[in-house]
Amino acid sequence: MCLGIPAKIIELYETNGMKMAKVDFGGVVKEACMEYLPEAKIGDYTIIHVGFGLSILDEQEAMETLDLLKQIDALGDEIPGPA
Amino acid sequence: MKYIDEYRDADLTRKLLADIQKIITRPWNLMEVCGGQTHSIIRSGLDRMLPSRINLIHGPGCPVCVTPLELVDKAIALASLPDVIFTSYGDMLRVPGSSRDLFAVKAAGGDVRIVYSPLDALQIAKDNPDITVIFFAIGFETTAPANAMAILQARAQGLANFAVLVSHVTVPAAITALMDSPDVQVDGFLAAGHVCTVMGFWEYEPLAEKYRIPIVVTGFEPVDILHGILDCVQELESGRFEVHNAYARSVTHDGNQPAQAVIRKVFEMTDRAWRGIGVIPMSGYRLREEFASFDAEQRFPQVQSIETHESPLCISGLVLQGRRKPDECPAFGKQCTPQTPLGATMVSSEGACAAYYRYGRYTFPSPSGEPSGVSSDD
Amino acid sequence: MTEKLNLLGWTCPLPLQNYPTIVMGHGAGGRMMADLIEHLFAPAFDNQWLSQMGDSTAISLQNLLEGSQSGSSIINQQSGINLAFTTDSFVVSPLFFPGGNIGDLAVYGTVNDLAMRGARPLFLSAGFILEEGLPMETLGNIVTAMAQACKKAGVKIATGDTKVVQKGHGDGLYINTSGIGVIPAGLDIGPRNARPGDAVLVSGTIGDHGIAIMSVREGLTFQIEIQSDTAPLYGLVEAMVTSGRGERLPAPRRALFPVGGPHENDYPPAIHCLRDATRGGLSAVLNELAGSSKVGIEFDERKVPLRPEVNAACEMLGLDPFYVANEGKLVAIVPGGLAEPVLAAMRLHEYGKDAAIIGKVVSEHPGLVTAKTSIGGMRLVDVPAGELLPRIC
Repeated sequence: MCLGIPAKIIELYETNGMKMAKVDFGGVVKEACMEYLPEAKIGDYTIIHVGFGLSILDEQEAMETLDLLKQIDALGDEIPGPA
Repeated sequence: MKYIDEYRDADLTRKLLADIQKIITRPWNLMEVCGGQTHSIIRSGLDRMLPSRINLIHGPGCPVCVTPLELVDKAIALASLPDVIFTSYGDMLRVPGSSRDLFAVKAAGGDVRIVYSPLDALQIAKDNPDITVIFFAIGFETTAPANAMAILQARAQGLANFAVLVSHVTVPAAITALMDSPDVQVDGFLAAGHVCTVMGFWEYEPLAEKYRIPIVVTGFEPVDILHGILDCVQELESGRFEVHNAYARSVTHDGNQPAQAVIRKVFEMTDRAWRGIGVIPMSGYRLREEFASFDAEQRFPQVQSIETHESPLCISGLVLQGRRKPDECPAFGKQCTPQTPLGATMVSSEGACAAYYRYGRYTFPSPSGEPSGVSSDD
Repeated sequence: MTEKLNLLGWTCPLPLQNYPTIVMGHGAGGRMMADLIEHLFAPAFDNQWLSQMGDSTAISLQNLLEGSQSGSSIINQQSGINLAFTTDSFVVSPLFFPGGNIGDLAVYGTVNDLAMRGARPLFLSAGFILEEGLPMETLGNIVTAMAQACKKAGVKIATGDTKVVQKGHGDGLYINTSGIGVIPAGLDIGPRNARPGDAVLVSGTIGDHGIAIMSVREGLTFQIEIQSDTAPLYGLVEAMVTSGRGERLPAPRRALFPVGGPHENDYPPAIHCLRDATRGGLSAVLNELAGSSKVGIEFDERKVPLRPEVNAACEMLGLDPFYVANEGKLVAIVPGGLAEPVLAAMRLHEYGKDAAIIGKVVSEHPGLVTAKTSIGGMRLVDVPAGELLPRIC
């Protein structure tokens, strides 16, 4: 389930009382509903599923995890991440 | 694409595969719950690169595959009515009902339209005020917030010609049913990253505890999946059974609260039949009573009594539960192919049978020169 | 009187028997359509020319005139005129899309089918099925586009037909074009010629046309800076063949002079296969060629030219770019040693700027296509089952 693709918010506005956005998937721009991301702002990357933003991607978290994955020696080290 | 390319990096992939190889000491059965994960694994060729001690079982995480036959038949019946525009996500068009599929209805002149978002269906309702527009609201928890919003908006905007056919299923109950089944041997779960984006992962903590199995929230790209597998194997090798989050850039413990609030507002839990598996208690959503006027089944009571006929040859249910591999089905590749599917698992691009058919027919020689098929046991 | 079809006599009855009526998937360029052709049309019409199963059919006039029935379906390499003959129908909706309209497709599509045999396109026919109520201005715009396309492609529409159907039966407009071209002497380009050791090339970025169409399709609309890549490809083919031969081709009217001996080895190495990648995308073409030539094809996903916007659109809709339709793009299979010169010639041409070598022909897994994935894994690349659908799952 759940084709959710990251897209960057490039515009925010309201339609029919719903918070909406124009999001850029990397050359493809589409409208998406941001009602579930009240704190979302322009420049944020969000996961978009069926035209709805479901999460704001945490860049810090992403970078830290990638760095650790690249570095860890699997023998003995714990995998990082909140439990 | 940002947040995608980094997670398809060949070097990091190789490194993580080596890491898994280093720590694994015995075979483990891991179930990935989400059809999107299955798709990614097979499309990237990751399944052939994993150490052979990892037995990946493709779980019932494909809403297309598990939508009950009865609901598919109802959808077909509704779509065949005059003065109805039937809207659906693309996935459902080729799912076989008892006698045909939505594509056949379209070919016969039915107004069946694919939409990308439920808001598109709403727009079609606005543009066609004299025609009933029915939306096929399927999916797991991931899609429920979107489907729910469409219903709320229909009410707010007074779109009386909008109706929904609801068929939502939820993951935790499915995990319970699988773990309670004596035939299913799963050592650890890779939970669905986007379901958990909405719901958080607090629901899995009691399950990990009860069944003493590790559950790792996992994303969809190859690096994400390997991260999830590595974490899960590490837990298994050290005898732990905790819930970990390997998709932290999108998933938090509590999930998306506004989305969960809207789900609760529009839907309530209900027993749901999972195609090929049976009824799992409290495993789905249905419309709350106050939204009954938007329920397509109530608006068109003539579709309520439908006789369904599942193909006697189809073993999708066993495949979905991980009890059989697709190529163990006698009809696989013969009576049952993607063009002539007997069950939903052959139709959906994530369905285990379709994936096997498209990608598994050729046995690639493994680097050592020995042939390796699609996820074999050690 | 027509004979009742013997449905039970087919070698593989299941695919068609499962569909008592035609469904959209039968027209999508994938396996269902191949089944329809293989099990309904081909056996019914059953002749050596049709069995070439190329984009266009080659006919040796010399052999035909000499009365050599068995030989005239094969290109006569020694003497006489070899014609290429093809037909195509255009049913695209919407009629107008970013980068073109149905008129452009109707001309370029058929011109390209001829070009895929190495044939210089000469004449087209144009049959119009118009829906009652089609605005005259719409028809005018399409016809103007066709006229311009013909000029660009160097062909003349020499004959035509017009029919009108009742409202509700035509999606506005359907066009059929048939085409005739001349295959220069010494050329024998066809789907059965691929051999292990050959290189596989593609003339540019894939998926542009299909995504351009999807971007204006109701229910899916999105903004994207992409246009259909519809274009006439004979000029590109001529450049490729010339580079492949290392010498200028004789002009068609000189084809009456024998070119060389009857044996394959006497000819300098030349392009083996050409195919334009339309419905079913790159995957359909590679699978067809692998099947026709009974060879395996392996390619590297990372080497296939793909615009980032097209990639993004495919990700968003859950589509595999290798299944998405193209228009002005071709796949070429050439002897390994010719790969670099042919590539260089392509890149100098307007429609080959982004050309790339993407893979090779192998003797393993005949009829199957495999790909090295972005993470260094391997996967089988099958043909799409039917119409390409966006997914949520």
